[in-house]
Amino acid sequence: MVVRESATSVGYGPGRHEATATAHPRNPGAPLDLKAVRDVRVNRFAADHRARTLTTRRSVKRDSQAGWLLRAVTMIDLTTLAGDDTAGRVRRLCGKARRPVRTDILAVLGVPPAEIRAAAVCVYHALVPTACEALGGSGVPVAAVSTGFPAGLSPFATRIAEIRESVAAGAEEVDVVITRGSVLGGGWERLYDEVAGFREACGDAHIKVILATGELGTLANVKRAATVAMMAGADFVKTSTGKESVNATLPVGIVLARAIRDYHRATGVRVGLKAAGGLKTARDALAWLILVKEELGDAWMDPRLFRIGASSLLADIERQLEHHVTGRYSAFHRHPLG
Amino acid sequence: MTRQRATTRGRANDEPPAGNASASRVHKAFHDLRYGPAPEGDQAATEWLEGGERVFGHYIGGSWIDGAGSIRQTRCPADGRLLASFNDGTTDDVDRAVSAAEEALGPWQEIGGHARARHLYRLARRLQKRSRLFAVVESLDNGKPVRESRDLDIPLAIRHFYHHAGWAELAPSEFPGYEPVGVVGQIIPWNFPLLMLAWKVAPALAAGCTVVLKPAEYTPLSALLFAEVAHEAGLPPGVLNVVTGDGATGVAVVRHPGTAKIAFTGSTEVGREIRRVTAGTGKHLSLELGGKSPFVVFDSADLDAAVEGVVDGVWFNQGQVCCAGSRLLVQESVEAEMLDRLRARMETIRVGHPLDKAIDMGAIVDRVQMDRVQGYLEAGRADGAEIWQPDRPLPQDGLFLPPTLCTGAPPSSTIVTEEIFGPVLVSLTFRTPAEAVALANDTRYGLAASIWTEDMSLALDVAPGIKAGTVWVNCTNMFDAASGFGGYRESGFGREGGREGMWEYLKPVAEKPGGRVATEPAASESPAAVEAPPVAVPPSVLGPMSASPAPSRDRIDRTRKLWIAGKQARPDGGYSLPVADATGAVYAEAPRGNRKDVRNAVEAAAQARAKWAQQSGHLRAQILYYVAENLAVRREELAHTLGRATGADAGAARADVDAAVQSLFTFAAWADKYDGSVHSTPFRNVTFAMNEPVGTIGIRCADHAPLAGVIGPVAAALSQGNVAVVVVSERCPIPALDLVQVMETSDVPPGTVNMLSGIHGEVVPTLAAHDDVDQLWDFVADDLSGDSERLSAGNLKRVWVDREGVVNWLEMTRRDTEMLLRKGTRVKNIWVPYGV
Repeated sequence: MVVRESATSVGYGPGRHEATATAHPRNPGAPLDLKAVRDVRVNRFAADHRARTLTTRRSVKRDSQAGWLLRAVTMIDLTTLAGDDTAGRVRRLCGKARRPVRTDILAVLGVPPAEIRAAAVCVYHALVPTACEALGGSGVPVAAVSTGFPAGLSPFATRIAEIRESVAAGAEEVDVVITRGSVLGGGWERLYDEVAGFREACGDAHIKVILATGELGTLANVKRAATVAMMAGADFVKTSTGKESVNATLPVGIVLARAIRDYHRATGVRVGLKAAGGLKTARDALAWLILVKEELGDAWMDPRLFRIGASSLLADIERQLEHHVTGRYSAFHRHPLG
Repeated sequence: MTRQRATTRGRANDEPPAGNASASRVHKAFHDLRYGPAPEGDQAATEWLEGGERVFGHYIGGSWIDGAGSIRQTRCPADGRLLASFNDGTTDDVDRAVSAAEEALGPWQEIGGHARARHLYRLARRLQKRSRLFAVVESLDNGKPVRESRDLDIPLAIRHFYHHAGWAELAPSEFPGYEPVGVVGQIIPWNFPLLMLAWKVAPALAAGCTVVLKPAEYTPLSALLFAEVAHEAGLPPGVLNVVTGDGATGVAVVRHPGTAKIAFTGSTEVGREIRRVTAGTGKHLSLELGGKSPFVVFDSADLDAAVEGVVDGVWFNQGQVCCAGSRLLVQESVEAEMLDRLRARMETIRVGHPLDKAIDMGAIVDRVQMDRVQGYLEAGRADGAEIWQPDRPLPQDGLFLPPTLCTGAPPSSTIVTEEIFGPVLVSLTFRTPAEAVALANDTRYGLAASIWTEDMSLALDVAPGIKAGTVWVNCTNMFDAASGFGGYRESGFGREGGREGMWEYLKPVAEKPGGRVATEPAASESPAAVEAPPVAVPPSVLGPMSASPAPSRDRIDRTRKLWIAGKQARPDGGYSLPVADATGAVYAEAPRGNRKDVRNAVEAAAQARAKWAQQSGHLRAQILYYVAENLAVRREELAHTLGRATGADAGAARADVDAAVQSLFTFAAWADKYDGSVHSTPFRNVTFAMNEPVGTIGIRCADHAPLAGVIGPVAAALSQGNVAVVVVSERCPIPALDLVQVMETSDVPPGTVNMLSGIHGEVVPTLAAHDDVDQLWDFVADDLSGDSERLSAGNLKRVWVDREGVVNWLEMTRRDTEMLLRKGTRVKNIWVPYGV
């Protein structure tokens, strides 16, 4: 729980529904409830409609918007997941994670730089040691994508071993992928066992279960998969690898949020949500924050329960923050590259 | 008075640099993540109001006219600020407006469909270009969230003008044999001021009508702005006239002899009054009235989706929506869960200033309305209902109400039965789909319904069962210009939108006088004889049984009876009426039906109604063909009867019988062919426009064509699944009563057709007033028809009086046939969105 302590040291105030902001209890999981899984009903049109109107029903402007965008920065898992990732590239990203926004901008906004850092840096296993070294002492954890990311079709034992190695190498969070075939074929026990196995292999490291929602066919499948993953002990459910053709969409976000809400109603446990892939603009980030606030409540407006996996998003947020400060629209080259 | 054009200056795009106070606000927002203020600017709206010094006249004949009536003010209900003052239109103002509309009517029709299409297209474009100004004005005047006016009211209004630009272009070719009804008086409500204007004005102008529009006294501004825009757009003077004022001005519009049609949207009580006032005037009428629409949630629903549906259903526009899903019917097994989720959702509903872009609910339109809603809540509480509201502070100033949930109310409580027109949801439970339908229909209204289930078999079983003009499956409050909107029962009649809406502004071109051939009494060739009924001595003068037919030694005495519930029944009163032939000699007797016979007939029809409506078109056709078959067998006998009754020669009498047979064939043919349609609405959904039977139709038969004039409307009604209570010709009842034997032997199910004879003045009013009769067709068109229209106000059944005598029973045209089929059906639009 080292990670969590460092996160809380950032000092978030209590949420509306939460009296304390101390160490966040992990999801202990629950027995697989097949009836709950099969009873899942999701209406696509209604989810789309809700997604369309969420951002027209709410608007965050000016000072509030700047505050919200800064909060969004602290929820970002700064991510690089490319075949040409190198130690140098990852070190630069870690530098950005430590100090994501120019301090002169933060000064004008009246926010201490110590409060603003990325939620995590997310890399492939090979770069975990580099990232751990680069982030040492910053309190920013390293997340490793694992289990044969992105397709997840390597042998189970290999995938388990991969998790163990990443954790041993210093990863405090592990982003695992599920076998989509289990969802598409209705193999809920198989999926449950798989995720439970991953969770066990993670040990103290937090597990984010990537559902690859763009490959699950229906929103009902998305909700079923999320429900099984939570029963199997997921700390977060995550939309996508970023490699599918359809990534984090708002309707999917709504469905996942409602799955999390149902799980909380049933168990009292709060599971986190991670939106990954396709979030590129400050506007996207605000839309997701509104979604989380409206569908899950203020308790989830916290990096311990909501993450955004992104690479280019931060740059756009920086531009918007500078615009807030200067009144002029900003340019990318005015902000340090991540 | 000339109103200045609003000069809209853009707000500076560059926001001021953040200062110290701003910095602490940023830090605070970073921590508490509250929504800050997000106000929509009202500068352009203010400039527009100031441009006219906040004083408005009436827009009549293309000019702004200072009103002479008393001055009225409109204020923003959220903060009480004065927006503008305007005049109550006087009868003189209305008179001027109607005159202007009359003057404009000819030229507006002469320019043709294409030119009208260009005008409507231009209106759509102009609205679009000033959409934000309209949205802000609407929200200020009405108190609705600017999100709604911006994203729903105004875009839908624009869409209506585009859609109807299309109808203007197509109307001349798509509605052959029809012409515009003329000058139309339109009275619109305050809940969707501009949208209701669009629903009324767009089809009227497209059809070639000219308009006198009276906006609601709480919300005149968008209509006045619209008049300004229309003026700018070059709409010819007099085509659109706007007279402001309250109900008294509306009455003047309704009563004015120059308005050929009244289109009204508003409360059922006012609608009833309009029905009474226009009775007997020949004015066309369409009414879109109140509702207490059911919102049905099955255990197979996506409950979270249904909860959002409730939010859109009853807290849209603060619940001031005629089709608000204000009666939640939830399956018992999921009630607790549904209400639990709903209450949680209600906690996050934000109530605030209408120009705040981050709110869900704005202000109630007026103090009067606010008090009315609170009165209902108090009554509900007194009735034992539990009233629940989220624990969130409301804005201090202005007229605000929180979202409200009522549970445990007895079914008789007024909060369950009456339209509250506020943010109040009443929750009830059901056990089975059948019970859901029964509860959904347990209301005098029938405007809309919403059904929530992921089980499409269930949804498509329930949707036709609910008496409502619009049924939304897994959605609610979806509107589009391509889909007609309107009610069943006391929610009014007529449709707005789509092809079905265009009919409301068209009337059949009347045949040239004398076009009707007939087996009319032969004597009718001499003008004097037309006025003299063939009954030699009016029964009302002589009294019953004082003139019995002369006994004929070689014939068995013949007794005709009423036909009720499939049985020949003696009249309840025990009286008969003498019937004279064309020469004036009494040759037969007809039973004299009375109000109890009407009661029994309507009862029998009600018993037969559901089953007949569910029969397939194929089966209904078979029965109509069988009637034709048996009728044809008795051709000579019936022709003889007709000849005796009317004096028609053998050829003309046979022609009447043949016309009856042919109309049976015609409507049998249509029984399985008068299909509904699927509307092209711009959503991912299927909008079925289903032609549903009206229900029980009272048919008052004409004297001419005593056989074909009975069979024709009965066949039309039956073919579409209606049941009929027929009042046969008063003068020539015998041929129609002889039809009973034909129908009896033709498998017509008991109660499906019921035949009454008697003095129309004794039976028709009872039929017209009966609350379980759904429509009345009157082919006589006399003073009694006006009485019927007045009496119909009780349950707001639609009364069709063929005053122009357009239907020729002996030689029905394609248009007549289509008209009868259309009158015998009601369009129900069922919206079924889809997706995985």
